[in-house]
Amino acid sequence: MDHIQMQMLRDIQKLEFTAIELTLYLDTHPDEQAPLNDYNKTAEKLDSLKMLYEKTYGPLMAYGFSSSPCPWRWIEGPWPWEITL
Amino acid sequence: MWLYEKILEYPVRVYKTDLRMAKYLMAQYGGPDSELSAGVRYLTQRYSMPTNRAKGLLTDIGTEELAHWEIIGTMIYKLIKDATPEQLRQEDLGGYFTEHGQAIYPADASGIPWTAAYIQATGDPVTDLHEDMAAEQKARTTYEHLIRLTDDPGIKDALRFLREREVVHFQRFGEELNRVQEELIANKVF
Repeated sequence: MDHIQMQMLRDIQKLEFTAIELTLYLDTHPDEQAPLNDYNKTAEKLDSLKMLYEKTYGPLMAYGFSSSPCPWRWIEGPWPWEITL
Repeated sequence: MWLYEKILEYPVRVYKTDLRMAKYLMAQYGGPDSELSAGVRYLTQRYSMPTNRAKGLLTDIGTEELAHWEIIGTMIYKLIKDATPEQLRQEDLGGYFTEHGQAIYPADASGIPWTAAYIQATGDPVTDLHEDMAAEQKARTTYEHLIRLTDDPGIKDALRFLREREVVHFQRFGEELNRVQEELIANKVF
């Protein structure tokens, strides 16, 4: 795994964390507009960053959420627990 | 349906073998107050929750717990993967190695296998949400003990992240418990 891939994974991790935190907050505060705007903005940024990542490094998700060239790239390592950088 | 994403929720920067710490971390992998208990507890309790907020919250926190279970599994995997059977024996992990080799098996720090007896689902949302809040506090305490047992900055960093998540989950469960109690009183359903 090269440093560019690592940096992209870190950027995705950061945005996903924002999305997780806002999801839980919105579950108990569903009527608040400001966190909802933040959530929607985060989702949009996350979408485009993941698309960019997957183009070079292969799918982050299977089950039809990302497409793959041949051979099937989903099973390429390293898996999350094997990343050493 | 659940979807797996090929990324950890938080990076695990562990580079050395440390069998003693791996053993202690098993508490959060397969112990009573482990991430596994948390995930199974919330994903089980959600079916009998009375409000859509509570169903959503238990689904989402339960799902996040599985991501935390993966973080702990990753830490243990990295801490033991290069160990020899002799090193495992010296750290009193010979019994573990006999039964599980270098697999990451859900048992606690003393080797006791995970059991559903660690969790409860009573069908009473007030009772279940109280259990959930207590569970988050117990996990927070366990993380504080674990943080004091290591000097490794990578392990400490990941454990601090996980500890903070327990505090946030406790807060969200508390907010929902208040709402559920208000609604139950308003509807006079006991």
